[in-house]
Amino acid sequence: MSTITHGDLARLRRTHPELFSRPLGARLKTWALWLSFVAAMAFGLWWVDANPMRIVEGLNKLGLLVRLMIPPHPGGGLWDYVHAMAETLGMAFLGTVIAAVLAVPLGFLGAKNVMPNWLFHFGLRRFYDGFRGIDGLVWALIFVSAVGLGPFAGVLAIAVGDLMIFAKLFAEAIENVENKQVDGVRAAGGSRTHVMRLGVFPQVFPVMMSHVLYFFESNVRSATILGIVGAGGIGLQLSDRIRINNWQEAAFIILMILVTVAVIDYISSRIRARLIDAAPRI
Amino acid sequence: MTTTGDTQGSFAAGRPERLAEFEQRFAQERRTKRLWSVLQVALFTVALAASIVVSDFNLGGLMNGLPKAWNYIAGTLPSLAFETLGADLAEWYWGLRFWLRLLLETILMGFVGTVLGGVVALLLCFPASRNLVDNTGIYFVARRALEFLRTVPELVFALIFVFAFGLGPFAGVLAIAVHTAGALGKLFAEVNENVDPRPLEGIRAAGGNWPMLMRLGVVPQALPNYASYLLLRFEINVRGASALGIVGAGGIGQELYVAIRQFEYTDISAIMLLLIATTSIIDITCETIRHRLIGQNLQAGH
Repeated sequence: MSTITHGDLARLRRTHPELFSRPLGARLKTWALWLSFVAAMAFGLWWVDANPMRIVEGLNKLGLLVRLMIPPHPGGGLWDYVHAMAETLGMAFLGTVIAAVLAVPLGFLGAKNVMPNWLFHFGLRRFYDGFRGIDGLVWALIFVSAVGLGPFAGVLAIAVGDLMIFAKLFAEAIENVENKQVDGVRAAGGSRTHVMRLGVFPQVFPVMMSHVLYFFESNVRSATILGIVGAGGIGLQLSDRIRINNWQEAAFIILMILVTVAVIDYISSRIRARLIDAAPRI
Repeated sequence: MTTTGDTQGSFAAGRPERLAEFEQRFAQERRTKRLWSVLQVALFTVALAASIVVSDFNLGGLMNGLPKAWNYIAGTLPSLAFETLGADLAEWYWGLRFWLRLLLETILMGFVGTVLGGVVALLLCFPASRNLVDNTGIYFVARRALEFLRTVPELVFALIFVFAFGLGPFAGVLAIAVHTAGALGKLFAEVNENVDPRPLEGIRAAGGNWPMLMRLGVVPQALPNYASYLLLRFEINVRGASALGIVGAGGIGQELYVAIRQFEYTDISAIMLLLIATTSIIDITCETIRHRLIGQNLQAGH
């Protein structure tokens, strides 16, 4: 093996200058990007008033809170918590199911191969996208205000919050249907119903179900906090315990949330893995 | 399903017993599948019934509630007349300057929270990657830590931080940062687990230590994906930041909360439209940048 000599280096430098130093313009651009990034960060930190004093003080207080939380203890309210947790799961399940059912027609409406008009398609998709901009908790606030306190408001908040996202995802699933299977059913003499049942449905259903399950998981997480604004579930208990400074019980509820979410995630991801295996490869 | 009947005769003529066997197997498989389907539908029905019971959901409530909800939403719309459009709009958006300031605060909270969380995620993602650490203990601890940060809802962190750090956007930023660290740490670790091991072997052979391995072997390969996830998270965090104000952690949520609680109907629609516009712009911008980043990555990979 030969080693690289200084002569080789000089020659390489002459023939390929861009490998040794990037052009000035590109370097300036990188610097400008980093500079604006640092400036934005500094401005943000200044805006939120993040000074070392505050951090130290806050961390001290946080340490105190953690000491107050240990050991987590349910107090006398264990049964209330279990009931509230069941309510949370029920809200998430019902909200997801309602959103999914209502989203099916919307999904067909938004699919390019069903509604070929470009303008209609583009406008509808943007409309679906726009709804995502509102956080679930804001919907909960609105529905609590409209239909009163309780889990019913939570169900509506979850359903409305997910509806448009489902519509978009379903539309994409329908657009991805492979025509070969549809043609196959048609060539074998299938009617329109047969085409839908045997050509389209087996391709679309597993994808939709896997989305629905994924959103159920994420809705369990969000349903745990909807109670903070009065929309039912475990969140109400949690925010109450924090408000009255009962940190042991608050810690217990947080642990309950963690365990429940972990269990739901595990079950749902197992089912999803099976569904994805069953789905035809696109 | 039943259309195959006529053709079976000629096809089966040579091997009747094999066909019978096939038919039997087919019927059996079908029975099992049907049984599974029935079981799944039954399970689903039970779950649905249970949810309806625990969440006080009833048709009467729905019939009562839906028109109420609709009236409420219709009530938030302002009365705009074409002749006095300018004045009506001005009245609708009477607090525009104030709201824009709060929107800026919301975006800043999302930005600072994403960056701080991203830094923590970057530090934690290497020990949480299966292929980069030999010590199972370190890997286990890092993974569980990320899981904890990710699973506790952002709003719960916000509630606690408001208590510890006082009201205002600082508590919100910290809540976002903590949750983001968990969420991004896991995604970063997954990216790390998919890097090409050959550059790592090269650095190891040249005598590089562990930090060098990460800095020079893993990061250059994973950087476009990191950036893409960071942008995605930024979109999510701006949306999340808009809700944090409800518990007093800064941003436009506070104002929206007040408007909803005091039934300032037109303010609600005004602020919500501003929020939708802002998040849409951020989504579209980030999506464009993300596609460019991932595009580069694909080119680099070839």
